[in-house]
Amino acid sequence: MTGEVAVLGAGMHPWGKWGRGFVEYGTRAAREALADAGLEWGAVQSVVGADTVRGGYPGYVAGATFARALGSQGTRVTSVYAACASGAQAIDTARAQILAGMAEVVLVVGADAAPKGFFAPAGGDRPDDPDWLRFRVLGATNPAYFALYARRRMALYGDTVDDFAQVKVKNSAAGAANPYARYRRRVTTREVAASPVVADPLRLLDICATSDGGAALVLSSMDAARRHGVADPVRIRAVAAVTPRYPRTELDLPDIASDSAAAVAEPAAGFRASLAQGAYEEAGIGPEDLSLAEVYDLSTALELEWYEDLGLCGTGEAAKLLRDGATALGGRLPVNASGGLASFGEAVPAQAVAQVCELTWQLRGRAGERQVPDARVGVTANQGLFGHGSAVVAVR
Amino acid sequence: MPRIRKPVVPGWFTQDTGDFRLLGTRCRSCGSVFFPREDVFCRNPGCAGDDLEEVPLSRHGTVWSYTDGRYRPPAPYVSDPDTEWRPYTLVAVELVAERMVVLGQAAPGVGVADLAVGAEVELVPGILNEDAEHTWTTWHWRPVTTAPGPETTA
Repeated sequence: MTGEVAVLGAGMHPWGKWGRGFVEYGTRAAREALADAGLEWGAVQSVVGADTVRGGYPGYVAGATFARALGSQGTRVTSVYAACASGAQAIDTARAQILAGMAEVVLVVGADAAPKGFFAPAGGDRPDDPDWLRFRVLGATNPAYFALYARRRMALYGDTVDDFAQVKVKNSAAGAANPYARYRRRVTTREVAASPVVADPLRLLDICATSDGGAALVLSSMDAARRHGVADPVRIRAVAAVTPRYPRTELDLPDIASDSAAAVAEPAAGFRASLAQGAYEEAGIGPEDLSLAEVYDLSTALELEWYEDLGLCGTGEAAKLLRDGATALGGRLPVNASGGLASFGEAVPAQAVAQVCELTWQLRGRAGERQVPDARVGVTANQGLFGHGSAVVAVR
Repeated sequence: MPRIRKPVVPGWFTQDTGDFRLLGTRCRSCGSVFFPREDVFCRNPGCAGDDLEEVPLSRHGTVWSYTDGRYRPPAPYVSDPDTEWRPYTLVAVELVAERMVVLGQAAPGVGVADLAVGAEVELVPGILNEDAEHTWTTWHWRPVTTAPGPETTA
């Protein structure tokens, strides 16, 4: 265990397709998080921005961009890029600064204004970039990878397209109760089945949309929280941000091939499971201690993978856990009580921050209609291109 | 004028030879195999090797998973926006000898209904797209209907 940091404030800009700039979304979220913390902007000693590559040049230097929008005041500043895990790595950076004594109060911000449709690689002719190559050579979009995992689950474990649809049904019901979610309507299995196939066996409503949105957190040392009069804050107890272990034998974005296990034996745990294990070990907890989990449901089928990787059930048993209602609101261990990416859509640098916002509200008992009763321990899990990913444990 | 045949990526597969193969590399120190080819350093964390030799990969494998693309992917995938989109099929293939999974498009005419996880497929040369001057070549996976002969190399 490394020590805890306090979550003093959480804030979001509602997600949707607003047609405005990502700086506005992030700044709005930051002001909300500061207000939630009861702190003035002047109390912040460090700003960590989660970068977006689609925001143009300011998006690559998100920390400075948000600091300037809030009114530059000479704070420490950091910008972090790790694809879909950018937000979690921004949290990890802020935590490290606090635990190292470099700053007592740190603002973490992530925001994006995503284009409609498939994510595409950065422009230009770049045959040395694996992300460019998978599009040029194969036309392999992100949903194509999600579909490969989904089809394999069907072959190995007997998951059905109806199981996948039930994930959307569950998450849309939770999202309907979340004022920050983009989609606030319950979806039926029939609607999922009637939506067009994007990449067999996944349909449009199995795959998360691209969105605009922003999320922010105010983190502090435990001492600073006490001085600020917060005796019992939500605390971040662990952040796992580990690389995969070689050889990585599951084909993953944006790769055209997996590593070979011909010379070196496959590691005991896959990448996603190792993220969860790292977080559990650092936090000194296990899956049996969890009250809720927020996971990257980039596709409905992928949410089921996370159940197994987080140790909520054994390998191949995720669909049963779902069918039993355990992971729905009101179930034994709700997953994506926020509504998940199914209800929010992807605003890449914001979404891992948004996951921790949800844990914060849940652990404070202030999540309204979607409140998980007596929530004490929550985990988030996310994964980005090129072997970035992380899991965050928050407790109260 | 005939178009010039060019591989979509140079050095990833044999071009216009009798024995069509994907070309990977193998570390001379530890034996790790890489595709796409790794030519500078071995990526095995327990190996400091930087001497990698080119190796042809197995021509046969089994289907790890498969899907298709019902919507036109964004650039740099080349397709004519003025023509109707025709879905292509993607197959992830497990190569037994190399113990790795390699993605590729399926041969023209092969749809998801023609595939199953665990089914045997073989590598065949294919065409990705053509422009005024070039025919861009690639590799395709095609279901095997009869039992293959023994692999000559791995």
